[in-house]
Amino acid sequence: MEIFNELRWSPYAVGIGIGMLSWLTFLISGKPLASSTSFARTSGMIEKLFRGDKVHDKLYYQKTKPRVDWQWMLVLGIAIGAFISALLSGDFKGQWIPSLWESAFGASHLLRLATALLGGVFLGFGARWGSGCTSGHGISGTLQLAVSSWISAVCFFIGGIFAAWLLYHVIA
Amino acid sequence: MEKKTAFAKAGEKAPLIWGLGFGILFGFLLHKGGVTKYDVIVGQLLLIDHTVLKVMLSAIVTGMLGIYLMKTLGWVKLSPKSGSLGINVIGGLIFGVGFGVLGYCPGTIAGAIGNGYLDALVGGLPGIWIGAGLFAAIYHKVRDGILKKGHFGDITFPGLFKVNDWVVVIPTATIIVLILVWMERSGL
Repeated sequence: MEIFNELRWSPYAVGIGIGMLSWLTFLISGKPLASSTSFARTSGMIEKLFRGDKVHDKLYYQKTKPRVDWQWMLVLGIAIGAFISALLSGDFKGQWIPSLWESAFGASHLLRLATALLGGVFLGFGARWGSGCTSGHGISGTLQLAVSSWISAVCFFIGGIFAAWLLYHVIA
Repeated sequence: MEKKTAFAKAGEKAPLIWGLGFGILFGFLLHKGGVTKYDVIVGQLLLIDHTVLKVMLSAIVTGMLGIYLMKTLGWVKLSPKSGSLGINVIGGLIFGVGFGVLGYCPGTIAGAIGNGYLDALVGGLPGIWIGAGLFAAIYHKVRDGILKKGHFGDITFPGLFKVNDWVVVIPTATIIVLILVWMERSGL
């Protein structure tokens, strides 16, 4: 099947595919496509390695148990699915610095990794504060016409456009 | 209805396997859409590459029509998230800044790792864990204060306007399709 070896599909075809996938997750598993809670669960599991059962004293982990669940497997699957698609299209490559980043900030590994780490901290913190991310709110919540998700999705882009503007038009 | 029961039962028996399978399809699609790439995501936030918006809007239209049809038929239940201005505006803006600085989001970073991107694996992933851990550490302090500010709960727009679902679904789908057609026509 040639089509699976292509590097990119039309964004509309991909979007329609993701929309249809959301029908299936609702119908079969009764769950929306979402990702960010799994990172909080993993964070709890890592904390448990160091602090043992004391992690369960935290209110947050009583609500969000540090364990593998349906969504955690979904996120693992995303990595596997992207890996398969990348392999089939000859696009799998170990890369430290994205080219857009390099064009503005140079080829320093340390600078990119430190920025990615910092961005990750904001992303992880904000996803838990806002109870969802680009998939949970941005796709699954908006398609259910949830008020919370439309507000979140708009704020994701306001924050994101501001940060990208600051990095690329002010700092760079 | 019988079919749905059979589906639901299969799903309950092997929820983790279904999650993994759906994830593989999701990740495959994300990669084919190009959105496992920093350049595409930040290109969207710099307003020079509108791939992310095209993928998201097509997914929303398709998903919405199917999910609301299945809801009308009684096959599925919605699960809108409860929200408040404190949760969604503040959390959304913090998330957005992280989105722009990291250049991946929680779903696409998993795809980026599968794609081989090491800034995602070595920088972004531990960052997200730290950020989620920090929130877990302060959660008891914000739960009954700022997170409750401007609380509106788990309402949807049809619920908010007290109208039939389709009174909101059809115009929303139409507007999104028109936006996509306009973007395509104007070469965006």
